[in-house]
Amino acid sequence: MNLWLIPLLPMAGAIINGLFGRRFSKTAVTAVGLAFPGAAMLWTWKAALQFAQLPASAIPHIENYGPWLGAGDFLANYGLYLDQLSLLMALIVTGVGFIIHVYSVGYMAHEGGYYRFFSYMNLFMFFMLTLVLANNYLLMFVGWEGVGLASYLLIGFFFLRDSAAAAGKKAFIVNRIGDFGFLIALFLFIKHFGTLDFTSVFEKVAGFPQEATAGLLTTIGLLLLVGACGKSAQLPLYVWLPDAMEGPTPVSALIHAATMVTAGVYMIARSHAIFDRAPIALTVVAIIGCATALFAATIGTVQHDIKRVLAYSTISQLGYMVLACGVAAYSAGMFHLLTHAFFKALLFLGAGSVIHSLGGEQDMRKMGGLRQHIPGTFWTMTVATFAIAGIFPLSGFFSKDEILYRSWASHYGWWGFWAVGVFSAFLTAFYMFRLWFLTFFGEFRGVPAPEQHAKRTGQEHHAESHHIHESPRAMLIPLIVLAVLSFAGGWIGWPQALGGSNHFERFLAPVFEAHEASAHEAVAAGPVEGQAPSEIALTVTATGAALLGIALAWLMYYKRRDLPAKLRERFQGAYAALEHKYYVDEIYAWLFVKPVIEGSRNILWRVIDAGAIDGTINETAEAARDVSNAFRRMQSGNIRSYAGWIAVGGAAVVAYMVWLGVK
Amino acid sequence: MSTLNAYILTIVTFIPLGGAVLLALFPRRDRDLRVFALVVSLLAFVLSLHLPVHFARHHAGFQFEQDIQWITTPNIHYHLAIDGISMWLVLLTTFLTPLCVLISWKSVHDRVKEFFILMLLLETALIGVFVSLDLFLFYFFWEASLIPMALLIGVYGHERRVYAAVKFFLFTMIASVFMLAAILWLYAHVGSFQFADTQQWLRGHGTEIQGAAPWLFLGFFVAFAVKVPLFPLHTWLPDAHVEAPTAGSVLLAGVLLKMGTYGLLRFNVGLFPDEARHNASWIATLAIIGIIYGALVAMVQPNLKKLVAYSSVSHLGFVVLGIFSMTQAGQVGAVFVMLAHGVSTGALFMLVGIIHERRHTFEIAEFGGLATPMPIYATFFLIITLSSIGLPLLNGFVGEFLVLSGAFLAHPLWGILAATGVIWSACYMLWMYQRVFFGKVNHDVNLALPDLSLRERIALWPLAVAAFAMGVAPLIWINAVDPTVRNVLSIAAQFASQVVAR
Repeated sequence: MNLWLIPLLPMAGAIINGLFGRRFSKTAVTAVGLAFPGAAMLWTWKAALQFAQLPASAIPHIENYGPWLGAGDFLANYGLYLDQLSLLMALIVTGVGFIIHVYSVGYMAHEGGYYRFFSYMNLFMFFMLTLVLANNYLLMFVGWEGVGLASYLLIGFFFLRDSAAAAGKKAFIVNRIGDFGFLIALFLFIKHFGTLDFTSVFEKVAGFPQEATAGLLTTIGLLLLVGACGKSAQLPLYVWLPDAMEGPTPVSALIHAATMVTAGVYMIARSHAIFDRAPIALTVVAIIGCATALFAATIGTVQHDIKRVLAYSTISQLGYMVLACGVAAYSAGMFHLLTHAFFKALLFLGAGSVIHSLGGEQDMRKMGGLRQHIPGTFWTMTVATFAIAGIFPLSGFFSKDEILYRSWASHYGWWGFWAVGVFSAFLTAFYMFRLWFLTFFGEFRGVPAPEQHAKRTGQEHHAESHHIHESPRAMLIPLIVLAVLSFAGGWIGWPQALGGSNHFERFLAPVFEAHEASAHEAVAAGPVEGQAPSEIALTVTATGAALLGIALAWLMYYKRRDLPAKLRERFQGAYAALEHKYYVDEIYAWLFVKPVIEGSRNILWRVIDAGAIDGTINETAEAARDVSNAFRRMQSGNIRSYAGWIAVGGAAVVAYMVWLGVK
Repeated sequence: MSTLNAYILTIVTFIPLGGAVLLALFPRRDRDLRVFALVVSLLAFVLSLHLPVHFARHHAGFQFEQDIQWITTPNIHYHLAIDGISMWLVLLTTFLTPLCVLISWKSVHDRVKEFFILMLLLETALIGVFVSLDLFLFYFFWEASLIPMALLIGVYGHERRVYAAVKFFLFTMIASVFMLAAILWLYAHVGSFQFADTQQWLRGHGTEIQGAAPWLFLGFFVAFAVKVPLFPLHTWLPDAHVEAPTAGSVLLAGVLLKMGTYGLLRFNVGLFPDEARHNASWIATLAIIGIIYGALVAMVQPNLKKLVAYSSVSHLGFVVLGIFSMTQAGQVGAVFVMLAHGVSTGALFMLVGIIHERRHTFEIAEFGGLATPMPIYATFFLIITLSSIGLPLLNGFVGEFLVLSGAFLAHPLWGILAATGVIWSACYMLWMYQRVFFGKVNHDVNLALPDLSLRERIALWPLAVAAFAMGVAPLIWINAVDPTVRNVLSIAAQFASQVVAR
């Protein structure tokens, strides 16, 4: 199928624009920047059609292109791996990716470094597609680190702004902490299985019994989770994602919402053969996901920056996906990944459209009443807001419902996971409708755009924004496409309990069942009858929670707008903690960053390096100089003293020879 | 071709020396001197390409051998040969030298003639170290490399150049004495300086020298450890680097340090595999300390060049760890890190030198926002930064990954501790990059800085291309290294089995 074209086409685009874009006209940059990821998308569709014709025995379809690196018996190849899971990811990445590329043409039209932007975006597509299509963990790691690089470059795209540069660096370093865990997991694979190929690793793992206690697979699972926590912004490594909003908005949509941050979820799902046999690791995954979903949602309720709200929302939604993986409901997690890619990309692009129309304003306190000014943006965002809140029959309803149901009903489920999930769903609906009311309803609270613009130099500036205006067609059409997908995208997973047939789950089923057959003795990822209340009852409760959240948002931000201020007065401490994001950044700075830097500077460098080591050496040198001076004094020029020294020397030699003789 | 094979190493080794002699006869016309030095070093590079082209990849032993009795008493041979390990180090030397000539084109004004003579002499000495299979000859080249390097630092360096040159000279000189003593002890017992003879003899007399072996091992070890430099013997390095002229730094970091790691692999592991195994844990511990310590100290350096120097301490820690993991992956990785570090740190020193030429300072605080006036420079710097922090598909990753996996196989804790290096390297390099290149230009002098000239770009492109090539197709290099390392390790294993049998 020549799968290699899928990642390499965007790579070619990145190279062409990177090397020559500076000299190209803007049209040429656009053409190159869109054509290559577009071609990758078409090729993915072609591959999907061919894939549909494959017999079950030919899946996964693996293409090997040659060796990459190795030593001794270990060898890693360049090779790609196509099964239902990676195909789904490739379709999401190329599809949503292309839509966002189109949007960027409009959004970035007035920015400097236009060619640089498209070069980086195409580079991201290359690495992301490598990540999802790789046939071994090492090549996956290439994509894994590579998307981190693309993210670094794009977060810091407006590098003149110090906060953007710092955010890019933070993202990279925090991700590296996750990568560290991933790397150690790879070493364990090499040590115990001698290979990093998915097929061979999973085959070997399938021979393992389920590990009830801490052991090899549990360790590997936990280490992979560390990697996933970095990339997918889970507790405690989520801190980079809110800052990543310094990047241009299309970047936030593509990388920090729809695709890259879901890599951790994909990786866990891909490694399900390991997690299926490591129940302790699975439970930790579920706890992390569940805690993150709740934690981030609470912060999201009080943020003022429209993009920050969406960022915390992303973290929270990723928590749902991780939770799903943690209860071994991988296809539910992937389903939410899919619908989230649609509605969260749409939310970010819509937010971008709002920001664009206001000449760079991101503070929701200075918005309001935009419904009439930018109706296209308003209606598309409305779809996305209802979708993420989980309102029937929009896409988010189906995927979130599936996760919540499984979090209780699955073999690994627990009512506590479900309860936290439902409460987070309530919070989700609340903060999203808070955003919706604050942005689109009431009166406009901002300053007219031109002054805005002058005030915020170095920001994303949009030269032509003299009044609140609807975005150009290049931006609106992507919004509409995504709105349709956000609306109807969930129907492919219509659950049986509601009279559907859940095509989605059946499509992915071969991936997640393939290895279970051999080690099925204890694993029953499917729902267990009689353990949980009926699916309908859970669905109704979850929807009720969402409606409650909407109602509360309506009350506080539409009907009685004095309420938030009063509540703030009343619960000052709690509010401050939330507004400052529980002071996590400050705690990390105090706990890790400062001690490392100060310790390195004051102890390692000044005391040990310059003081202890170099000091000793310099003193030794001085001592040596003193000794030499003593020797110099022996060379007095006095013949008699020379004779004396010769005699001493001679005596020493004689004594040595005598000693040798005696011995 | 076969006739050329017999002499190619002599030719490659001594072309720079010949060039230096001719250069001495040249009139003092700086431009001619530069062009000639460039031609000579390029010639050496082109000729050295003969080696990988005609190297028998799957042959683990020494190739391109030339063995002539030089002096009868003492029994010294002129014996040159290379295996998969030393071949790439020779290539690294011949590859970097022309680039060093290019980068010194304008920065050296006084005593231009002597500068290039010293550089070519240094090249001969460095190649000589890697191709000598006679311990005396090896020692000769080893010491010979000191003098031009010390002079390059002491004469062409910056403010505290004499201090740095003396420190460099004394450190390595004193340490080398221990190696000399070990070599002489061996000669007294073996009756030959030949590497193969010595190895053979040591293998046959394992029990007799059980008392002496630790001391011999240490003698070699001290000389090499200072050169590497291994923590805590590293403090000469930052001083030497900061004071050295750019080309000196490039060759110092790029090649000279590898003399140490090469020596550890060839002599410490090759001659004393038992001792290497016994001492592996504390040496690996020092290496791991070096990895983390070097990175942390690099992070807080206010001086760009010192930062790169300490990063070398960290990177070379990976090499030593790989060697003393005594695993296939670890040692292949160690050799690869040597090459990758030569390319990326060589490039870093060039880049740092380029900005020094423009601003005459290495202080990070003097820069900021350089991406605006110098976008091409910033791009090159970014690529090399990424290669240095081990981004996959660039050269740094391959070696680091293999070393870490080897270390993990030997001892999981080693692998885990050393792997934190991937976090630290990102911290110090990206922080530095941010402070130098991002933000607004905050010193007006930096506003008008000219971007890279054509000559500078020509000097940097080969390094950037090499960084990609080594990352994307590392097997080109590893293919030759792998059998050689297997050979080294199998000899070590034979030793071990003999000891057990006894």
